[in-house]
Amino acid sequence: MVIGRVIGDIVATQKAPSHEGRKILVVQPLNLDGSERGEVLLALDAVDAGVGDRVLVATEGWSAMTAVGRPQSPIDNAVVGVIDSVTLTE
Amino acid sequence: MFLARVVGNVVATVKNPSLAQKKILIVQPIDKHGKDRGAKMLALDSVGAGAGETVYCCRGREASFPWLPQEVPTETTIVAIVDRINVDAKQQ
Amino acid sequence: MLLAKVVGTVVATRKDPRLEGKKLLIVTPLTPEEVEGKKSPTPAGRANYLVAVDTVDAGFRETVIIVQGSSARMAETCKDRPVDTAIVGVVDTVRLDKE
Repeated sequence: MVIGRVIGDIVATQKAPSHEGRKILVVQPLNLDGSERGEVLLALDAVDAGVGDRVLVATEGWSAMTAVGRPQSPIDNAVVGVIDSVTLTE
Repeated sequence: MFLARVVGNVVATVKNPSLAQKKILIVQPIDKHGKDRGAKMLALDSVGAGAGETVYCCRGREASFPWLPQEVPTETTIVAIVDRINVDAKQQ
Repeated sequence: MLLAKVVGTVVATRKDPRLEGKKLLIVTPLTPEEVEGKKSPTPAGRANYLVAVDTVDAGFRETVIIVQGSSARMAETCKDRPVDTAIVGVVDTVRLDKE
């Protein structure tokens, strides 16, 4: 999983039926120091995350699609946790 | 999944039978502001996307799942046409 | 499978129910040379990282073995859970043959 911040969402009328009824979140992956890491990714929401939340994103298909309750679907990323805190040793 | 814009299409008469009747589009990945990023790539279309439309694509093995139970050899598939991207300016 | 170092931990109360009770650790992948001490690793803050589910009770600063992708779910206690990276071993020693 990677850590990211929810910065927005997507509206799409015409889409895979398995994506209906789920929020499509725009997530900015973060480095451990909180800086932005690479380009945004899109993830379906499994935990009712919102804009501004720091979240855990599962980046493997089965994990992502079962987290949103849509097995056998074209889903490769899902938000599976809202982060309370991150502790680093160094 | 990632954001992209449809910038072209590919016609191939000779192709794997499981790709028959399927549209192969060229997509340009874009960033959250809609600007081009990275190299163009090919994506199979599962939603009827057309030229110039903003879409999002699914990657990996899951990309073949819109056609289940048929197994389709694709690792990038267009799974939605994007109407609007809402990005909170404060969160950037 | 990759070598990695445990550099931190993540707490998330609201999460997929199948992750409840799982320890989530932050790991930074290491090359064998870095584990052997022949090269100094990138500082954690700037390094590549992953959030992994711990299956072996690994601790801070320990060198561990991680498995990524759908294989991570093959690990004991991770079956049928949304785990894409699992810590499956704590490394005692790494030895590279001389070239």
